[in-house]
Amino acid sequence: MSAALELKQVRKSFGKTAIINGVNLEVRQGERHAIIGPNGAGKSTLFNLISGRFALTSGSISLKGKDITNHAPFEINRRGLSRSFQVTNIFPKLSVYENVRCAVLWSQGHKYSFWRHIGKLASVRERAEKIVREIGLAHRADTLAGLLSYAEQRALEIGVTIAGGADVILLDEPTAGMSHSETEHAVALVRQISEGRTLVIVEHDMGVVFSLADRISVLVYGEVIATGTPPEIRANARVQEAYLGTATHE
Amino acid sequence: MSEQRSGITPWIVTIALAIALPLLFNKGFSLSLFCQMGINIIFALSYNMLLGQTGMLSFGHAVYFGLAAYFCAHALNAMGQGAFSFPVTLLPLIGGVIGLLFGVVLGYITTKRSGTPFAMISLGIGELVAAGSQMFPDFFGGEAGISTNRVVGPKALGISYGPQIQVYYLIAAWALLSAIAMYAFTKTPLGRMANAVRDNAERAQFVGYDPQRVRYLVFIVASFFAGVAGALSAINFEIVTVENVGLAASGFVLFMAFMGGTGSFYGPVIGAILVTFLQVALSGYTKAWLLYLGLFFLLMVLFAPGGIASLIELHRPAWRARQLGKLLPGYVALLVPVLIGFAGAVGLIEMIYFVETSGGGEGEMRLLGVSVDARQPTAWMVCFALVVIGVLGFRQLRPHLLRRWDDVTLALRAAETRAPSAAVPGVGT
Ligand SMILES: Nc1ncnc2c1ncn2[C@@H]1O[C@H](COP(=O)(O)OP(=O)(O)OP(=O)(O)O)[C@@H](O)[C@H]1O
Ligand SMILES: [Mg+2]
Repeated sequence: MSAALELKQVRKSFGKTAIINGVNLEVRQGERHAIIGPNGAGKSTLFNLISGRFALTSGSISLKGKDITNHAPFEINRRGLSRSFQVTNIFPKLSVYENVRCAVLWSQGHKYSFWRHIGKLASVRERAEKIVREIGLAHRADTLAGLLSYAEQRALEIGVTIAGGADVILLDEPTAGMSHSETEHAVALVRQISEGRTLVIVEHDMGVVFSLADRISVLVYGEVIATGTPPEIRANARVQEAYLGTATHE
Repeated sequence: MSEQRSGITPWIVTIALAIALPLLFNKGFSLSLFCQMGINIIFALSYNMLLGQTGMLSFGHAVYFGLAAYFCAHALNAMGQGAFSFPVTLLPLIGGVIGLLFGVVLGYITTKRSGTPFAMISLGIGELVAAGSQMFPDFFGGEAGISTNRVVGPKALGISYGPQIQVYYLIAAWALLSAIAMYAFTKTPLGRMANAVRDNAERAQFVGYDPQRVRYLVFIVASFFAGVAGALSAINFEIVTVENVGLAASGFVLFMAFMGGTGSFYGPVIGAILVTFLQVALSGYTKAWLLYLGLFFLLMVLFAPGGIASLIELHRPAWRARQLGKLLPGYVALLVPVLIGFAGAVGLIEMIYFVETSGGGEGEMRLLGVSVDARQPTAWMVCFALVVIGVLGFRQLRPHLLRRWDDVTLALRAAETRAPSAAVPGVGT
């Protein structure tokens, strides 16, 4: 079985500054893989490279054994990879329900159809309603996304990401800025939606990371300094020195 | 969105109105006014597919209207010479296809970019076509344009399109069909993704859609309906000139859509009706009609940037909750200073025009049925005073209205908490 995601010698520079310095990373199918690292380590940049938002400076990325290096984001998405954003990135003037429905359409094969009535697409409706319930926004279904509270927008961000049913999901700090109870809620949701899929998650909350992840990669200055199970990472001297040592004492 | 809940009633009312209008107002003037309104409704609705639904600010939409009109005028002329035969009733379909074909070619270039570059490219292509009209005088007919005669082709059921009333019903039928089709378009996957691309083109990419492709396809569909409107224009006026493809025409359709409101489907319909009416009616009364339209536009941009439809939507919740009556006295009270100020402003503008065009204000001038002497300061002072009174009165009375608005908002909110709206996703979509 090929890896869900495989990054080989991936490099990214903005102008002269190298942000990602030869990352090698393998994400196995069906695992929950956390990426941790200090601020500015390049975690979001890595997501942007994988999802096609940025072009690579060099290296290659493959998704389920097929090369996706420098493909357009929509092509990568159609191949079954979907991502969320650290800074909420939704359709503010559409309702919650519409946001989710737009994210369902392509996966149900409706493409650029202008000959079918969207309200009559039963499978689209059912899927969208299911997602809206799952993310706990059923009571807000008709509210414009731009008017939601911050935590609700974060939930919708996840909803839009998973709606298409992609089997590889990238979540960039889904709980950032949430209160304690909201975080608990979000983590339960992440746990639920990652059932039977591959999950790559960037997360700063170590409690969340160590309870959720099957494996963890540590990114520091654009390099993966270690990959392993939570106990392995905890025991890793380089990681402690570079990152955890400070984080656990916070 | 509230328009989704409005159902079929507005359509039935519209159809009934379209049938009844020429029976109620049967003067030649009204009939030609209605015809222009119908054409402009299609044109403005097609424009709003770009601006309101997909977020594309086009300065060149008249290209597709005008080129279709030219092709249809030539088609009518060829039919007149017996080159071929085709029912005039279906000519708008040909116009639509012409618009669509140009949309396929020129839209491909235009939708390569979005945002400001899109607007600039659309402007450039508009200029290009306008310049092209001078290079091909045979096709565009030079200054005079291309004249034609719509009474050609097979006459089914005795419809010759000689009488204007027949043309009216042709336009009304096409306007209704087009409006229904364009409304249905908003309910399709592509129509919805157009909204998504308008809101956040980047995110659309991460749910599997190519925003550029979405824009391109919408552009083509919009060009089709612009072409339908262009064909009807050729049939209605029996003349097509370079102005029909030009920048002014492109600006005019933007104007109509914006005035009506680009945020809802029906906004551009209101805009087309109102602006066409003002254009036709005002230009008969005053030489300063363009100035009034410009002022009106300016006031809208400043005070109601969502257009007339946004004002309607603003009052809809109050109307539903039967609270509109509470606002009415406030509006009526405001109307007084508004009318006073308006009368003063009109007086000033008309006198300026009169003085400028009559060589120093010689002779008698009539203002709202009153004879005035524009050379004496009295009239000027009176008008100026009216403006000042209007502005001061408006400022004085506005807080009353706002307070009433506060009351209504509170009442609405109270009602909402008492009966929370049913939380079923996608109700009525
Ligand atoms: N588009 C860009 N152009 C230039 N520099 C960029 C760009 N995007 C990111 N960077 C830089 O790359 C570095 C890594 O940023 P990135 O957002 O990937 O970090 P991160 O690991 O996600 O950090 P955080 O935990 O704060 O989210 C930062 O120094 C940032 O300034
Ligand atoms: Mg980040």
